[in-house]
Amino acid sequence: MTLPTLFKDPSARAWTGVGAAAVALFAVAPLALSDFRLGLLAKYLCTAMVAVGICLAWGRGGLLTLGQGVFFGLGGYAMAMHLKIADAGPGNLPDFMQLYGTATELPWWWRPFGNPLFALAATVLLPMAVAAILGSFIFRRRVKGAYFAILSQALAAAFAIWLIGQQATTGGTNGLTDIQGFFGYDLDDPVNQRMVYFVIAAVLLLLIVLVRQLMHSRYGELLVAVRDSEERVRFLGYDPANVKLVAYVVAAGTAGLAGALFVPAVGIISPAMIGIVPSIEFVIGAAVGGRASLAGAVLGAIGVAWAKTALSEEFPAAWTYFQGLLFIVALAFLPGGLVSLAGIVRRRRASHGSGDAGGNMDGGRDGDAGGRADGDTVGNAGEEKAPAVPLGGAV
Amino acid sequence: MSELSGLGIRGLRVSFDGFTAVDGVDLDVRPGDLRFLIGPNGAGKTTLVDAVTGLVKAQGSVRFGGEELLGRSVHRIARSGIGRTFQTATVFEELTVLQNLDIAAGAGRGMLTMLRRRKGVPEPVARALETVGLADLADTLAGTLAHGQKQWLEIGMLLVQDVRLLLLDEPVAGMSHDERQATGELLEHISEERTVVVIEHDMDFMRSFARSVSVLHAGRVLSEGTVAEVQADPRVQEVYLGHAAVGDTTLGDTALGDTPLGNAPLGNAALGNADLGDTGPELPDEPEPAGGTPGGLTGAAVQEVRGA
Repeated sequence: MTLPTLFKDPSARAWTGVGAAAVALFAVAPLALSDFRLGLLAKYLCTAMVAVGICLAWGRGGLLTLGQGVFFGLGGYAMAMHLKIADAGPGNLPDFMQLYGTATELPWWWRPFGNPLFALAATVLLPMAVAAILGSFIFRRRVKGAYFAILSQALAAAFAIWLIGQQATTGGTNGLTDIQGFFGYDLDDPVNQRMVYFVIAAVLLLLIVLVRQLMHSRYGELLVAVRDSEERVRFLGYDPANVKLVAYVVAAGTAGLAGALFVPAVGIISPAMIGIVPSIEFVIGAAVGGRASLAGAVLGAIGVAWAKTALSEEFPAAWTYFQGLLFIVALAFLPGGLVSLAGIVRRRRASHGSGDAGGNMDGGRDGDAGGRADGDTVGNAGEEKAPAVPLGGAV
Repeated sequence: MSELSGLGIRGLRVSFDGFTAVDGVDLDVRPGDLRFLIGPNGAGKTTLVDAVTGLVKAQGSVRFGGEELLGRSVHRIARSGIGRTFQTATVFEELTVLQNLDIAAGAGRGMLTMLRRRKGVPEPVARALETVGLADLADTLAGTLAHGQKQWLEIGMLLVQDVRLLLLDEPVAGMSHDERQATGELLEHISEERTVVVIEHDMDFMRSFARSVSVLHAGRVLSEGTVAEVQADPRVQEVYLGHAAVGDTTLGDTALGDTPLGNAPLGNAALGNADLGDTGPELPDEPEPAGGTPGGLTGAAVQEVRGA
């Protein structure tokens, strides 16, 4: 296969992308970065896992999931609970319970997490189960658009507030801190930290491949159809609630896994990492990079997380404003995210090349939007919509 | 495809906040019919289709092939073999023609099939592409199709969906003459194997292709029969042309010149000026009506309806 044909075939291009990412994550980064920076990268990669799910649910499904912190938190707490129990050793209570609690033994709902297999399964299955229950209520009641986003956000707030209120069993505002070991490995050892990084990188790549497969399956096509015209899909004999539910549950699963791996990478999980602000931050990365494209969402998430560290070191006060600005600018002026820039530049060049006036490029973009508005007569005008991104080009 | 089924509607009633849009409609469409639903704007035609397809709540009974449809959810009604289109073509703009059809074909697919990638073109999809004449455009994004092509794609989606009853809401609106002709022939072909109901405002189109016609007015069925029977029905003339024309045995200049026949009734009437204009040649020797109305059209329409 020659190089030009390689880049025309979307599947080959995707595998090239995954291969390049694997080289970067497994060879380049460990050599080029210090242990400290590699640890930070591990943290960013967890954010990218959440973005993989957001890309599916929001980019392809039109579900603006502003509450992924809930699922990230469920996965994170499930993992942290197990690690705290393991740290404490058999028969002992985790440190914070001895400090704040009056209990002399583990609460009943902590006990199953002592089993490593249960805890590992729970990091993914618990968020997915919660998403399935919430989602079936939300989608069957036909809650959509901004209402769905607000509801998601409220759930994230409620979960964080509940955790804070349960000081004796969840560690309250502090969360579950000072995690020492990871299935028998000491997390203070740089070699083990490196291993955690490799596990995270491998899981991220695996999730990308899985979700890409889902996006390009018949289900993925149907999901885009539901995003663009939910009523029409209903008249074809599908229940759009189920279609959306699958995307929502998968996104919850990736967020749960991300939360679970975040814990050994960072050594802590607390309500401040899963509430409203972090939930919005998860979405910003995907929006800036390009929500409908896996490559865009993943790179955007890593980039924004990196920028947060870099800029908040320099300008701690200004970062929040900058982040808000970034979100607004991306949604208002570049709804396809940074990945769509390439397409826009290509179109502009093409229109200049054919001797057309520069206005043509605007025409192209407006045309996309206008065409979709026409299709809206059936009545989901309020629905979130991703920009025109050809289905072939993800990853 | 299973055998042909007919549609039976009894006492159908739809109200929105006290306004009754469909007011006790009884309607029978026999299996394999190509039925046109006509009537002025606001007659309840689209609401009737909305009720049959489960989009709005209704009282009464709607039976298709012996199954009661009222009370079922939209997607269940769709699965029992009833498909519809909308006044504005509603296709999935960011998917290709092929993907649109493949989705339409797939409501019964199992989980494993859904999670796999589509390989090749399923046979019913290939047939529908040929039938609606979009085979060359299979890989085109549906959003870039011309208006008429979108309507055909929608009809193609109903074919792969394998519905036994097609409810089409103004399928030829905005089409050129040739496109209308092609669409009409397509519908005739389709109705050999399926039952077709068409809401239409284009009277020429209706005259050319309807096997039977129901006229709706103010939420009720006003008249029903062949094109000729319906056109001869004085009640239909009244609805379309105003009170003065009816009961007046000689369709004289006075009647036409009268205000009720002037702009108001025709302006609202579904007959539409363009259609009426087309009928002009049929009455070369009819005197132009008096009065300042855009009378040529009015006269032609009345003559056409009465003379049929």
